[in-house]
Amino acid sequence: MKRKDFLYLTGMGFGATMLNRVPVFGSPIIQGTAMRSVDTAMKKQMADVALNAARSKGATYTDVRIGRYLNQYVVTRENKVENIVDTESYGMGIRVIANGCWGFAATDKLDKDSIANAAYMAVAIAKENARIQTEPVQLIQQKGYGEVSWKTPIVKNAFDVPVKDKTDLLLSVTVAALNGGANYVNSIIFLVNEQKYFASTDGSYIDQDIHRIWPLFEVTKIDQKTGKFVTRQSLSAPRGMGYEYLMPKEADKIKGITTLYRDSYDMLEDAKAAAPQAAEKIKAKSVEAGKYDLVLDPSHLWLTIHESVGHPSELDRVLGYEANFAGTSFLTLDKWKAGNFNFGSKNVNIVADKTQPGSLGAVGYDDEGVEAKKWDIIKDGILVNYQAIRDQAHIIGLKESQGCCYADSWSDVQFQRMPNISLQPGKSPLVPADMIKNIEKGIYIVGDSSFSIDQQRYNFQFSGQLYYEIKNGKIVGMLNDVAYQSNTQEFWNSCNAVCDKSDYRLGGSFFDGKGQPEQVSAVSHGSSTAHFKGINVINTARKI
Amino acid sequence: MLLTQQEKFKDIMAIISEEDCRILMKKALSFSKADECEISLSGSDAANIRYARNSVSTSGAIGQTSMVISSAFGKKLGIVTTNEYDDVSIEKAVRLSENLAKFAPENPEFISFLGPQTYSPASNSYDQATTAITPAMRTDKVSESLQIAKDNKLTAAGYLQNSVSFSSMMNSHGLFAYHNATDASFSITLRTEDGQGSGYSTKDYNQVSKLDTLAFTKIAAQKATRSSGARAIEPGKYTVILEPAAGIVLLEQLYGGLDARTADEGRSFLSKAGGKTRLGEKLVDERVHIYSDPSNPELPTSSWAGDGRPQEKLSWIEKGVLKNLTYSRYWAQKQGVKAIPSPDSIIMDGSDLSLEDLIKGTEKGILVTRLWYIRAVDPQTLLYTGLTRDGTFYIENGQIKFPIKNMRFNESPVIMLNNLDALGKPERTVSGESFQSALIPPMRIKEFTFTSLSDAV
Repeated sequence: MKRKDFLYLTGMGFGATMLNRVPVFGSPIIQGTAMRSVDTAMKKQMADVALNAARSKGATYTDVRIGRYLNQYVVTRENKVENIVDTESYGMGIRVIANGCWGFAATDKLDKDSIANAAYMAVAIAKENARIQTEPVQLIQQKGYGEVSWKTPIVKNAFDVPVKDKTDLLLSVTVAALNGGANYVNSIIFLVNEQKYFASTDGSYIDQDIHRIWPLFEVTKIDQKTGKFVTRQSLSAPRGMGYEYLMPKEADKIKGITTLYRDSYDMLEDAKAAAPQAAEKIKAKSVEAGKYDLVLDPSHLWLTIHESVGHPSELDRVLGYEANFAGTSFLTLDKWKAGNFNFGSKNVNIVADKTQPGSLGAVGYDDEGVEAKKWDIIKDGILVNYQAIRDQAHIIGLKESQGCCYADSWSDVQFQRMPNISLQPGKSPLVPADMIKNIEKGIYIVGDSSFSIDQQRYNFQFSGQLYYEIKNGKIVGMLNDVAYQSNTQEFWNSCNAVCDKSDYRLGGSFFDGKGQPEQVSAVSHGSSTAHFKGINVINTARKI
Repeated sequence: MLLTQQEKFKDIMAIISEEDCRILMKKALSFSKADECEISLSGSDAANIRYARNSVSTSGAIGQTSMVISSAFGKKLGIVTTNEYDDVSIEKAVRLSENLAKFAPENPEFISFLGPQTYSPASNSYDQATTAITPAMRTDKVSESLQIAKDNKLTAAGYLQNSVSFSSMMNSHGLFAYHNATDASFSITLRTEDGQGSGYSTKDYNQVSKLDTLAFTKIAAQKATRSSGARAIEPGKYTVILEPAAGIVLLEQLYGGLDARTADEGRSFLSKAGGKTRLGEKLVDERVHIYSDPSNPELPTSSWAGDGRPQEKLSWIEKGVLKNLTYSRYWAQKQGVKAIPSPDSIIMDGSDLSLEDLIKGTEKGILVTRLWYIRAVDPQTLLYTGLTRDGTFYIENGQIKFPIKNMRFNESPVIMLNNLDALGKPERTVSGESFQSALIPPMRIKEFTFTSLSDAV
C-alpha cells in the first residue's frame, strides 16, 4: 500500500467502495475466515503446477510465491471508533528465467488452468524481453532447503486479541489526550500478517508466517486566538512483534524529559504526555537559524539512517536499476573497491541484519529462498559492503546472496529491498543526559516528522516531533519551526559520539517505497542517541 | 508462435462487462437481509516492462478482481469481500457481512447509502487499441527508446505500463454505476556515461496512440546532454519556470488539500482564527483558475466518485478566489451544505504561450524539469520541501545559458501562486509523486525559495 493511501484510509472515514480503489491494500474480509491459513500440502500442489507449467515452456528457473496477506486496522478519532477493517489479499506470483531473461505474471485465480496460464504468460514475457537484453541474468547458486517453515517469534498473536480490547485501548488513549487539553486526536492499531509460501526449481518449499504491529496516534492542539495549530505524534515504533508490544513493561521505559520506549510501548502514558507537550510546543520559541550541535534520539535518528545510509547502500541503486524513479547512489562501486572511503567518523558502525528479533525486516528466508543473514555495511566509518540479491551478488564478488529480496504482495515481482540497517551503540558507557552535559549550543530532537533527500542521497532535510534547546549543557526549553539540512558524508563525519547499548532502540516504517510499479517494504533501524556537531538548522515558519 | 496477450490470458482475464457486473451484483443483493446493502465490484489487467542500464530488467502481467459487500443495520456496518462468484460463495459472503455488522460498534458518522443517481455522460476513457497491447508491442517500444539512448551515448532507465480496469457499484436503494478505463504510461531517465548529465520525461494517457515514447525519449536525451557539466549557483530566491511535470507535484498539495472538515476544525492552511475558513476569499494570484471537469476529452475520468456521488464540473479556485471545498457526506450533512466529492479530473487554465515563449520572456531565471521527494514541512502554511532533478538550467536574456546543480527548495504552493509571473499552455501531465494526471500549464514564478545545494545528478 502506498503511504498516501494509508494516510487517506486512516485519516478519515472510508467505506467499502473506497477500499476497492486501493488494490495493493487488498479487500476487507470478516475476521475468522481470514485467519484460516491455507493448507501447506495444497500450496505445494499449486506451486508444482506453476513450476511444471513454466518448465514445459522452456523456463530454466522458476519461483512461485503464494501469498495470503492480512491486515487489520482499528481506527478512532476523538471519542468514536471510526473503523474496524480486516483485509485480505490472496493470490500467486510466478517469476521465471527463459532465454536468460526475467518474466513475471500474477493471478488471483488459483485453479490449475489459471495457474498454468499465468506461468505461460511469465515465460512468454521473458522470451519477448530477451530480444532487448544486453546480457543474460546471472543467478548466484542457492541450495534448496526442502520443506521448511519459519514464524515471527511472537508471544501473543494480535489478530487473536478481541477487537474490543483494541477499541478500549484506543478510546482510553483518545480520552486521555482530550482530557489533557488536545483539540483533536486520531489513533490507530495497524496489524500485518504475511502468510507466504515460496517454492523454486532449486528445491525449496518455504512456508512463512510473518507478523507486524504498529500502534500510533496524533494529537492536535489549536490556539483559538491566533489560529495556530501544532501536532504531536506518538513515540511508538512499528515492530515485528505480536500484541506483547502493547503490554508495557516498566523495564522498557527510559525516563527523561519525555518517556521513551524500548521493546514494549505504553500508549496511554504517551498520550497523556502528548497533549501538554503539544500545548508547550505551540508556545515554544521559533528557532534562530544557524549551526547547532544535534542530539538525535533513536525515535528520530532511524529515519536519517534509513534515507542517508540504507538507501545509498542498496546495490540496485548503485548499479542504476532505480535511476528512473528512486534514483541512484553516491556510494559508487569505486568507493567500495578503494576500501578506504570515509563515509563517517570512527564512531559510525552500521550493520545490515535480517535476523534481528522484533525488527520489521526479520524473516527466516527472503522472497527468493535465501536464508536471512547479518553483515557490516560501514565499519569504523569506512564503506565495506552493500545490500544484494541473487542476480547481483556476483557483481561484488559474493559467493551467495545476502538475502535482501522482497515483494510487497503476491501480485508484485520481488526485487532488492533494504534489510534492517542499524547504527551500532558506542562501546564506552554513555547515556543521553551525560551527552547533553557536554554541549554548549544544541538541539535535542525526539520523534520523526518531515523528511526529504536527493536522488543520489547527498542532500537531506529532516524535522522531528519535539525540539529541546540545549544551552551550556542544559535543556532550557522547547523550540519550534526546526529543520536541519546536511550532506550525508559531512553529517556522518560529524558524528561525535553514540550512546551505549542501554539506550539502543528500534524505529522503522511499514512504507519504504521503491520500484516501478511502486512497492512498499517494512524495515527497522536501530540506534542509541547520537551527537552530531555543527549541523545547519533552518527556520521553517512562514506566513500565507 | 507466440499468442496475443488476450489469447494467452483468456482464463485469467479480470475484466467483467457492465452487463455481467449487473447480474453478479443483483445476485448478491438478492441474498441480503440487512437494512441496506451495497456491493462494489472492480478489477484490472495490468502489464509493464521496466528497463535500466540499457537493458530490460523486470516486467510482468497481473490480473485481479474483488467484490466488496457492505451490510448495514442502523448505524452498524459490516464489510466483507469475495472473489469467488458462484451462488454459494456470494451468499456466504453476504451472510458474513451481516454478522459482522451486528457485532460492530455503532458509527455515529455512518450515513445511509445513496439512492439512484444521475450521472452526466462519461467522457471516453476506454480505448480498444490500448486493451490489445501485447508483450511484443511493449518490447518493440522499449527497443526504439533504447536505440535513442545508444545513438546518443546515454544510459537509459525507463518504465512502460498499460492497463484496462473496471469499477462498478449497486445498492439496495437502486443505485448502479459502471466505469471502465484504459491507461498507458511511460517515463524515462537518460544519463550521460560519465554520470554528469541526466534528463527526464514522463507521460500518461488513456489512449496508447498518444504515447509517443520515441518523442519523449528524445526530449529526455536532449536534457541529459545539455545538463552535463552543471555549475553551482548560490541558493536563494529566484524566478523559476516550472515545467508541468515539476509544477504538478506542488499544485496537487493545494488542490488535494481542500477538505472542508479539516479547514472547519482549524487545522488546515485554509483555517482562520475563530473557527472560520478562507472559503470565498482571495487565496492566490487572480490569474489562477483551477477547476474539475469529468467530461474534458483530454482528461477522461469517471463521472461518479467512489461512494456513488456524481462528479460534476466545478470551480475550486476562480480568479484566485477559493470557491469550493470537498465534503464527506457526513460532514456536509452536519454543516447543511452540498456534499461535494473530491475530484478526479483537475484542470488549471493557462494561456497560449509555449514553454519556449516563457523562456524567451525571462530576463534571469531557472528552468526546472522535475521536482523530487516532496514532503510536507508545515501544514499551517502548506510549506513543502524537495529538490530539483534531471535537468535544471540557468536562463538569461530569454535563453538557456548553462546547466546548474540541483537545489533543495522550501516553498508553499500558496506563496508560489501568489508570486505567479506568467502561465503557459496547459498539457496533460502525470505527477511523479501521486501518479495522478491533470491538465497543468508551465508556470513562471518569482521569488521561489531555494535553501541549499545538492551534489546529486
